[in-house]
Amino acid sequence: MTENYDIPTPKKRLLSLQIDPKKFEKATDEEKKQQDVMAESTTFFKDGMRRLMKNPLAVISMIILVLVIVVMIFAPAVVPYGYEEIITVEGVRDKQAANMKPFEFSPKEQAYMEKYNVRIFPHIMGTDELCRDYFIRVVYGTRVSFFVGIFASFMVLIIGTIYGAISGYAGGRTDLIMMRIVDIIYSLPDILIIILLSVVLRETLDLSHVPLLGKLGSNMVSMFIVFGLLYWVGMARLVRGQILTVKENEYVLAAKSMGASSGRIIRKHILPNCLSVIIITTAQEIPSAIFTESYLSFIGLGVALPMPSLGSLANAARSGMQSYPWKLVFPAVAIILIVLAFNLIGDAMRDAFDPKLKQ
Amino acid sequence: MAKYIVKRVILAIITMFLICFITFFAMNAIPGGPFNGEKAKSAAVMKVLNERYGLDKPVGVQFVNYMKNIMHGDFGVSLKTGRDIATTIRTRFAVSAKLGLMAILVALILGVVLGCVAALNRNKWQDHVIIFFVTLFTAMPSFVMASFLLLIFCIQLKIIPVWSTANPNYVLPVIALSLSPMANITRLTKTSMLDALGQDYVRTAKAKGVSPIKVIFVHTLRNALIPVITYVGPLTAAILTGSLVVENIFTIGGLGSAFVDSITNRDYTMIMGVTIFLAMIMVVMNLICDLVYKVVDPRIKFD
Repeated sequence: MTENYDIPTPKKRLLSLQIDPKKFEKATDEEKKQQDVMAESTTFFKDGMRRLMKNPLAVISMIILVLVIVVMIFAPAVVPYGYEEIITVEGVRDKQAANMKPFEFSPKEQAYMEKYNVRIFPHIMGTDELCRDYFIRVVYGTRVSFFVGIFASFMVLIIGTIYGAISGYAGGRTDLIMMRIVDIIYSLPDILIIILLSVVLRETLDLSHVPLLGKLGSNMVSMFIVFGLLYWVGMARLVRGQILTVKENEYVLAAKSMGASSGRIIRKHILPNCLSVIIITTAQEIPSAIFTESYLSFIGLGVALPMPSLGSLANAARSGMQSYPWKLVFPAVAIILIVLAFNLIGDAMRDAFDPKLKQ
Repeated sequence: MAKYIVKRVILAIITMFLICFITFFAMNAIPGGPFNGEKAKSAAVMKVLNERYGLDKPVGVQFVNYMKNIMHGDFGVSLKTGRDIATTIRTRFAVSAKLGLMAILVALILGVVLGCVAALNRNKWQDHVIIFFVTLFTAMPSFVMASFLLLIFCIQLKIIPVWSTANPNYVLPVIALSLSPMANITRLTKTSMLDALGQDYVRTAKAKGVSPIKVIFVHTLRNALIPVITYVGPLTAAILTGSLVVENIFTIGGLGSAFVDSITNRDYTMIMGVTIFLAMIMVVMNLICDLVYKVVDPRIKFD
């Protein structure tokens, strides 16, 4: 800036608010320095992540989830058993290998190990009543539960966000009608509808030749359908509400009055404000889907046999609960750990990303 | 107000109709009629049977007839046992209702008390302990809870006898059913209690020298409990769906286990009847909660 003390001052009129530059003195270097921005500029996302990482519970949950995912992905490559493979010793079915304790070997396996002086891969969680390695079944069950949870919440995310956004933007009569539909769907008892649809699709749908869904079975398809039909309403309501409040805010008005394009307003103001709600709800939808899946498996409407899921494993373990309690404990603990981790991360994300709860 | 009630009742009626509609047509989509059993029947016998039960008529007419019968409390007969479904529901639901009501009461009372304790001792050890268990319980499906309780108390420790009709012991089933809704109520009460404690009128009351107990019960709790009312609807739904598995695990002969049995046995008329019955309870409970909520809280506008 050039030094310029003799700015021509127009004649001051009576009662005018015009500033007289002569009344001001130039800022010293020291004073200018105070205006320097010391902190690095941060974005909404960075700021939220920083706060999220400060939450010990969230960090522990993330570590647990990462561990579970790593085991889930790599265990089938490491463990030499399949989820529907019956244990064989030297190509012969080992009938004594049923219901073994964790890390136990059947007599045949022990004889084999002594004979060839090799180590057989241990059954980390024992075996089930059909002589299958239980650990790998729990791993596959976790895979199924994860897949179901993420797929279902993804569907909720897409449908709910689009529906809510349209309703919120459009406003007026469109909004009214769309929200009445949401009200009606919201009041339908979801679990009952899932059960009903599962019962019907079990009889009418043949999926045996469809690649991925065929293995999961018609019950999972009906669960996805019901999630797609019913569960998105919560998300749609939240997104709509968020858009309505953001739309009314002064800063949106300010941006508009300064000539910001609607694209900029959506990108800079509406989207960041809705994003936290969308992310948090999606994170909370995953455990709810895992819950529903395990619940359905438990009442016999879950994944198709022989594919295991955590719920169906727990259900199958119930009959031998007295003698083999660990068969119930392993899948149950897996469900609790996963759901707990997702819940805690969801809560922590809500605290970290909700700008209204800052402080 | 009257307008709101009318609107809400109409919504409930539409929902109920929709449920009946979905249920009826879903069950009709299943191939094969109710008489296509293992034993082959002659065409003449089939014709007589179909005529007798009105199955020869178009689906639309059948639906209207079914709805008419439901209005009179007639859900038809079970495909497998041939018994009257309405009677089965009545006898079985007596057991479930007793269990469910106890679970609702336990969940409400414990949840509100724990939520208050947590809110009044915010960030002290009581709060941390309560929130720890609440977080754990919300992550536990009711069937895991029920199985663990059965495993620990009935099988390992043998403190509580296994359920039998002659000697019903409601302790474990009620705990299994109520813990996870209780956790939700605790969370809800804690947040609304903290909210109420921060209000100006509470500060005014304290400044006036009102005793702390009176402040809690008269000024804070009364307002903090309003949001809890809205949760009673979802609570009923949670307990009804939870009872499906809990009754099965504890071998309680309630409506829940009858429903699961009918699913396994493919007893479609029974599935239809119980689904509609359970859905009705949920819809009516939601309706009542919403209306009570609006009456209790004068701040809510009737739009």
